[in-house]
Formats: sequence, structure tokens, C-alpha cells
Amino acid sequence: MSLSREDVEKIAHLARLAIREEDIPKYAQDLSNILDLVEQLKAVDSDGVEPMAHPLESSQRLRSDEVTETDERSRFQSVAPKTEAGLYLVPKVIE
Amino acid sequence: MEWEAVIGLEIHSQLKTKSKIFSGASTAYGAEPNTQACVVDLGLPGVLPVLNGEVVRMATKFGVAIGATVAQRSIFARKNYFYPDLPKGYQISQYALPIVTHGHVEIELEEGATKTIGVTRAHLEEDAGKSLHEDFHGMTGIDLNRAGTPLLEIVSEPDMRSAKEAVAYMKKIHSLVQYLEICDGNMQEGSFRCDANVSVRPIGQSELGTRTELKNINSFRFVERAINYEIERQIDVLEGGGQIVQETRLYDADNNETRPLRSKEEAMDYRYFPDPDLLPVELDAAFIEDVRQQLPELPEAKKARFVEQYGLSVYDAGVLTASRDMADYYEAVVVASSGEAKLAANWVMGDLTGALNKEGLDITASPMTAEQLGLMIERIGDNTISGKIAKKVFEAMWAGEGDADLIIESKGLKQVTDTGAIEHVIDDVLANNASQVEQYRAGKEKLFGFFVGQVMKITQGKANPAQVNDILKKKLQS
Repeated sequence: MSLSREDVEKIAHLARLAIREEDIPKYAQDLSNILDLVEQLKAVDSDGVEPMAHPLESSQRLRSDEVTETDERSRFQSVAPKTEAGLYLVPKVIE
Repeated sequence: MEWEAVIGLEIHSQLKTKSKIFSGASTAYGAEPNTQACVVDLGLPGVLPVLNGEVVRMATKFGVAIGATVAQRSIFARKNYFYPDLPKGYQISQYALPIVTHGHVEIELEEGATKTIGVTRAHLEEDAGKSLHEDFHGMTGIDLNRAGTPLLEIVSEPDMRSAKEAVAYMKKIHSLVQYLEICDGNMQEGSFRCDANVSVRPIGQSELGTRTELKNINSFRFVERAINYEIERQIDVLEGGGQIVQETRLYDADNNETRPLRSKEEAMDYRYFPDPDLLPVELDAAFIEDVRQQLPELPEAKKARFVEQYGLSVYDAGVLTASRDMADYYEAVVVASSGEAKLAANWVMGDLTGALNKEGLDITASPMTAEQLGLMIERIGDNTISGKIAKKVFEAMWAGEGDADLIIESKGLKQVTDTGAIEHVIDDVLANNASQVEQYRAGKEKLFGFFVGQVMKITQGKANPAQVNDILKKKLQS
């Protein structure tokens, strides 16, 4: 299976990665190789095998419903690029 | 052409936990921005989510209450998209194996008919933060207090055929999550939100038309309006020879219209995959059974019991059990009134609801306690006051003038039940209205009300109405 230039551009956009025009053929090749490997795996008969959700053979531990965190806003916001009135400021997004 | 609408709802219900789904930060509403957003909620490097057990118990409660399958193994997945109020770049949700599948609820239609609406699934996920688009020097402000608040997303089958049915279903789920005490149902604060998927097709056609999704409609009234608008819009487009574009649309309540959300021009591709930070959630059958055993009385059962135990009509029982708070208040009134169940129903649904609505109060904020109202109703039941006088007593109680007995005493509102006294007044009335008496006896029977009115006027409404009727009838016949 080989990925097109458009596929690579779409994947990069979804991941919000900036890629250089001249690197696209190489990415397409590398990603296609990964998909080829997956194709090989698909040749194995996996009927009746439950899909794995996690490599550890264990189940999720649950915590009790208690508030254990205190307000550390000023610490967190000391490393934020921009804050105001307790809010984190980001470039304008309008939906 | 005749068209049929097909509607499915996705309801986001915030679970009423103290702490977040994956962290120990508080979920309390209304705190200063970002004071309840910890390292896990901010998605700082190196942190790990740990699942809140109460969230699992609440989802299980919902599942057993709607007759659904509660999965003994469910999986958390990452839903990947970028938005500033989602700090990690993905939302932890459930995809392939949600905790609840294949449930159903009954909704009531007009004329007492019912309809079963399927619930495809209900899955656990984390809420996002809030974006504030007011002007911060051309920037957007982000408050992450809500990030990580547990949500149960309840997805219905496309079983509804009108906006009314959709609202009935939404109300049903709203009532149920409150009965189960898993969500406070506060729509103003966004604890209970709804998206609607709407499509239309010619009647008789089995395949579905192209649907649009209406986002975040935050009141029952707007759900009905938004869906009705969207149905009309789609029919207009199709009848004009156009095609429906699958898209997300926002409802604008001010202009009563829906319009497309621009950012969804490119189809979303969420690239779900199992979250490696979380292990599968495994529940044993004993846990699920235990939750089932501890379910509170649900609306249907309570309604049936109200009909049976209190002799109420199905309609009245439905109104009184629509919310658990209302039902609890009603039952407390019945107890305080020494069992005047029907009178209690009339007063709670009538004067009390009217007074609460007028002041925009919820029953839990009623200035009149169930006990106070019950004691007043007891005075109607034991003939101390008539129903009509009770309205005056109710008004005085509502105005904070004290309990019923005090008001009855101080205002001299006690009912006259002395037969002799009533007869005396009636004799006077008949003597003073001889011509009406003649007309009545000549067949003009509707004058009966006139005589009753005269007696009540003289006694200032205090004569026992049943006795007045009896005595008056006898005297007029003689």
C-alpha cells in the first residue's frame, strides 16, 4: 500500500505538524512501509482472538471520589505564555 | 410530498461526583477560573489519569435503570482533535467498548400513548474546558475548571419522529438521571446538554436521509424550536430540488434559526485508539447486581404506586412524579395532612406550583414547607376551613404571616358548620329574594348558584359549602 502526497498532507494537518514540501515523498515512503508491515500482520488468522486493549494483563484500578488537589493556579500560570484574570490566553479561536 | 422527520439525540450529562473523572480536582461549579484544574486536567507531561470509581458506579446505575447491558469489560480511548480548551490534544472517551449498551426508555405521547425509544449506548468521557471569546486584546481566554469533569454521553437510536417526541425523550432522561442522583440536571450551568441529529425522508421510504447535527441546545424549549426549524429548512431545501449537506449547525435562539458551523467544512477524523494510560475497566457481575439492588424507586414505578396508593389519576401521578423533588414534596404534604392525598395533589399542582412559577422558584426552594402546606390541607379535610377560604390562608402563609392555624385564628376564618346558624342565613336569603325563589321553583334551576352566592356573601365565605347546598336544596324543594 502506498500513500499519496495528499494523504501525507492530511495526516500532517490532523496532527498539526508543519512539514517541508521536499520531505513529503520520504514521509510517504516511510509511512507506506509501516502500512506494508501491518499488511503482513493481517495475513495471520486472528478469528476469535479478542482485540488487545492494553499490553498489560491487568484491569484498571479505581480511586475513591475525593478532592485531593489544591489550587496551584499561580504556579501553573507562571510558565504560561500569557494569562489574564486567571485565564490562559491563546490566539483567537472562534467557532 | 409528505415528509417524515427522523431524530436521534446525544445527551451529555455531567455526573455529580465531588472530584473529576481522572484527577482529584474539585468539580464544584462557579469557582474562580483555573483554580480547579490540576496537572492531570492540564495535561502536563508525565501525569497519569486514575479513574474515579464513583463515575463507574453512576454509569452502571444508569445502565441497569434503562434495562441496558452493562459491560463487564469496557475500554477508554483517545479521541484526537485540537482545540485550546482541550489541553492534551485528545479527549479521553470510550469508543469500541462503552460501559452501557442497548437500553431503552418509554416516553409518553399525547392521549396517553407510549413509545419505546432505544438507547444505543452510554459512554464515559471527560468534559473539555471553556473558551471565552470576549475580547482579551484579540485573544481567547481559557478556563480549564470544567476540563476533566465526568460526562455520561447518552446516545439514542434515531427513533423519534417529531420535535415533541424528542423533547419527551429528553425530559425522560433528565428526570431519570435526577432520580438516580447521578446528575443535578442543571441546564443553565450546562450539567445537562443536548445535540440533535435530524434528517427527513419521504413517508414510506426506509433508508434515512442525510442528517445534520444541531449542537448544544440548552433548554427543552430550544430543542423543540431548533428541531422544528431544522425539519422545515431541510424540507424546503429538498422540495426546492437541493440536497442536504451533512454538517454541524448551531441553533441561534435570538433569531430562531440554525446555521452551519464553518470549521466543520473538512470532515472530522478523530483517529480513535485505546488509551495506553488506562487499563480495561472490569466489573464483576456481583457489583452490577449490587447496584441493581440499590436502585431507588424509578419514575414509572413511583407513578404506578401514586395511582394505586393515593387514588390519583394517571395524569396527576405523572405530573407529581416528573421530578423526584416534586414527588418527595408531595408525599411529605400527604403525611402532614393526615392522608388527604387528593386534596394534597390539587394544592401541590395548583396553587403551590402557580406561586412557585410566578416567582421562578424550584420546588426545592419553596418558601412554604411541605409540612406547613400539609397542616393547612388537614384543616380543609377536618372542615375547619372551606377550600375557598383556604386560598386566602394559602396566600397569607405564602406572604409569611405564619402557619395555617395561626392565620385561621387571627383572621377569624373558621368555617361555620353550625346547621342552625346556616339555616338562619338561608332563611334570610330566601325571604329577601322571593321573586328568585318563585322563578327557581318554576324551573329556572340555575338560580341555585345565585342563592349559594348570597349565603356565602353574608357569611364571608365561611359557611360550609356542602351544608349550604344540602340545606338550600331542602328548603327550595319544600
